[in-house]
Order: sequence, then structure tokens, then C-alpha cells
Amino acid sequence: MTYHRLFDFPVRGWKNPFEELDLMKRRMERLSENFRSRKEFSGYRSGVFPALNLTEDKDNYYVRAELPGLETDDLDIQATVNSLAVSGERKIPAEGDNVRYHRKERESGKFSRIINLPDAVDPEKISAGLSNGILTVTLPKSEVARPRQIKVN
Amino acid sequence: MAERELQVQEKQQVAGAAEQTKPGLLFTPAVDIFETEKELVLLADMPGVKPADLDIDLRENTLTLSGEVLAFETKDEQQVLSEYEVGKYYRQFTLSEVIDQEKIEAAMDKGVLRLRLPKVEKATPRKISVTAA
Repeated sequence: MTYHRLFDFPVRGWKNPFEELDLMKRRMERLSENFRSRKEFSGYRSGVFPALNLTEDKDNYYVRAELPGLETDDLDIQATVNSLAVSGERKIPAEGDNVRYHRKERESGKFSRIINLPDAVDPEKISAGLSNGILTVTLPKSEVARPRQIKVN
Repeated sequence: MAERELQVQEKQQVAGAAEQTKPGLLFTPAVDIFETEKELVLLADMPGVKPADLDIDLRENTLTLSGEVLAFETKDEQQVLSEYEVGKYYRQFTLSEVIDQEKIEAAMDKGVLRLRLPKVEKATPRKISVTAA
């Protein structure tokens, strides 16, 4: 690199002559990504098990997760005013010694996840249910966070 | 094994299945299949499928599982965060063993299907003794 200094040469602009091309490439990728993702699922992914869906109505937030085969005892749910922690373990019992597997796609293991809620909830009134492998946690919004109808006089 | 952490498995959308008349997403359930001397057992994760909404069909060695999932959300709910999609489950298998179709048992428990497919008498392995002629 020293030989540049020997001559009166514009060093700065020539460090990477492909820089401009790289930038262009990146922009094109981003553009085509935008086109592609419109067809596919454009959801947010955290990469932490379990995947959660969060919905809201006027009074509650609802957190749902697909947890097939879990017992209520396998789950541990904790909540604060603005966060919900779901942890547990999925156990797949052994099927005996004399079985031979053709396929094994279902996975077992521990998991632990926390999400922040967009608004304050009432931790005392949170309820959770597990039915057909779907966990539903109902989180009533706290009085402060609830929308209020305002009359125009 | 027990100490392993669970990873998010992205739901696999079905490609190549016959087109549906009703719009909606189709997913492949994760399955375990194992075999004992007398039967074939299939376990499938189908969270959200009620026992009544599950359809199991076996004809000409093709086993078809399809489970309908109804939306859980009520009409007033609005999506805030969505990390997984909900849709029907669909999967087909070709069975190599000769299955006794009369004796198939299916049980749905906590979103997991357990399907027992007993082999017909003929298919259970038998020791064959050779006698000298």
C-alpha cells in the first residue's frame, strides 16, 4: 500500500473501485426482496420458540402459540405489567425398545421466550388456556391503556 | 436429548398438492413414523385441529391426512404481531406394508394425532423353516 504515497495519487477514491458496484448490487437485492416477500409470509420472525401471534381488541391482548402435545404442567407463564414470559418443555415419551423409526420430524426440548407488550396490562387478571395444542393467553388491558370514547360537545 | 432447546421450525407450506376449491393455506405437519412387529404408528403434530375436523383416508396404499383449522380470533381482534400462519394440514403417505384397513385406530390428543395401522397377518414377519425334501 505504501507505493501510493510515493506518487501524488488520489488514494482515497481508489481503495475499492467496486464499492459503487457493491452498493448498487445491495440496492438491487433489497428491491427484489421487497417484491418477493410480498407473495410469501411477511411476518416478523424472532427465531425464538415458540412463534407467537399477538392480537388485540378493545379490552384484551391475546397471545397465541402452537404447542402440540404439551400438558398444562409443562408450561410456565409469567407476566408483568408490560411483558409476558412463556417457558416450558416439550416431552416426547419414548415408544419402547423394539420400535424402528422411519421418520422423526417432531422435536422435543426446552424453550423460554419473553415478549414485550405494546401497552400496559393487568397482570392479576391474565388467564391462559390450552386447547387442541394451541395456547391462548388473554391479557386484559389495564384501565389506563384502554381506549376511551370521547364525546364531542 | 432432553436438555436440547427447541428451535422454531418454520411451517412448511404444501407444494404440488391438488388445487383447493376453498382458498387458504396448506401446511405439512411434522410426523414421526415408527414400526413394531405388529403395527405401524404415525404421530403427527397438528395444533389447532379438533378431533372432528380431522380426515383420514386410506385407499390403495395411499394414506391422506387432512386437518381443518378454524380461525381462533374473534372478529374484533386486530393483528399486532404475527409470527406464524394458520392453515389446513395436509399430507400424504404411501404405505409399503400391507395394512389391515379395518383395524386402523386414530386418536387426537392435544393437537397430536396418533394413528395406529396394524399390519395384516400375512405381513407380520414369520420364521420360515426349511425342510429337506
